Amino acid sequence: MTVERDPSPAFAAFAHPERLVSTEWLAEHLGEPGLVVVESDEDVLLYETGHIEGAVKIDWHTDLNDPVTRDYVDGAGFARLVGSKGISRDSTVVIYGDKNNWWAAYALWVFTLFGHEDVRLLDGGRAKWEAEGRPYTTEVPSPAAVDYPVVERDDSTERAYKEDVLAAIGNVPLVDVRSPEEYVGDRTTAPAYPEESALRAGHIPTARNVPWARAVAEDGSFKGRDELDAIYRDEIGLKEGEDVIAYCRIGERSSHTWFVLTHLLGFPNVKNYDGSWTEWGSAVRVPIVKGAEPGSL
Amino acid sequence: MTEQQLPTALAEIRDDFLALDVRERLQLLLEFSNALPDLPERYRDHPDLLERVEECQSPVFIFVEVDAARIVHVFVTAPKEAPTTRGFASILAEGLKDLTVEQVLAVPADYPLTIGLTEAVSPLRIRGMMALLGRIQRQVTEKSAA
Repeated sequence: MTVERDPSPAFAAFAHPERLVSTEWLAEHLGEPGLVVVESDEDVLLYETGHIEGAVKIDWHTDLNDPVTRDYVDGAGFARLVGSKGISRDSTVVIYGDKNNWWAAYALWVFTLFGHEDVRLLDGGRAKWEAEGRPYTTEVPSPAAVDYPVVERDDSTERAYKEDVLAAIGNVPLVDVRSPEEYVGDRTTAPAYPEESALRAGHIPTARNVPWARAVAEDGSFKGRDELDAIYRDEIGLKEGEDVIAYCRIGERSSHTWFVLTHLLGFPNVKNYDGSWTEWGSAVRVPIVKGAEPGSL
Repeated sequence: MTEQQLPTALAEIRDDFLALDVRERLQLLLEFSNALPDLPERYRDHPDLLERVEECQSPVFIFVEVDAARIVHVFVTAPKEAPTTRGFASILAEGLKDLTVEQVLAVPADYPLTIGLTEAVSPLRIRGMMALLGRIQRQVTEKSAA
């Protein structure tokens, strides 16, 4: 890894502490060669209102998605995008954003699909940075474009498709990270969110409901190792080394949980089902369970 | 066909956006966002009077008044953490300013799709602006009938 890792004792108990940096660490390392800071938000204008000095913007909707197919950009598109932001294959990329890093975690997950090695999250995201009174600037950096190699996206290790989820029911634990209202089938979208065209409500049979926010402490940072273990291992019974598939509505909240399970708790094979409820809830003849019980196939 | 019905201010806002490239359109949206007027005092302390726009991704509240001359007054509030929503609200507040009930109701529902922002903010996000317009028109209908 290019830039030294954050030695903060707060991260030491996590399986992969090198995947997190604290606000203090980032403030000290801003401008260091090899480090590129990326902001990725739900609100497409938030970066323009003020961002961490030197940070570049990557928008999930307009940059990382293919504009035609419901899929991510391809290897050439990703290379063009990140190269234009001054990111090299060996850059240390630190991503942060609004809404408890939902979209930052999503971007990090997409970087992972392209095998970018050193990509980290700013623990606590914008909320913590702001709460600590740290500065923003509206000055948009113009990094020199660099050559990023065209690497084909590997969808086989971190990404699950509908067919994988169908085969997983009863075999691989599923974690539904949406709100309880969405899980039981009272609504198809998060409270206060727009309808996104799922035709049926409920959850995938056998899925356990752990809303993503349970992994987050009050200040927006991740909870400690013990608290996270109590939720994911003790409460819903995920076992050491077990495969897991997480899903939500469009894959952004489940990227957050994917990060927790993969990098903080060290589960070796966690997949994010990014089709999530907007696909499952509209697909023909897939099984659905309504109510608070996980149900069975 | 809808062209002749589009009020001048809305048409000008649309033309201003369309004259810019995609990146500059975001900057113009940010200017609208920053220009969203504060709520008048009578609503500032009465959030209960405002209607929440559920379709928007952040807490945005609207209130519509129809005065004795059947002129519509639109009041919107959204937090600073939601500049895109503030921008949408600001465009509508300015574009609908001082229009009559009939003029507001005649604004085509797809106006947000015609101002060149869909590509800049994404089709999903522009839906929030359509919802906002729909809610304003519904409140105008209700309040002008009373």
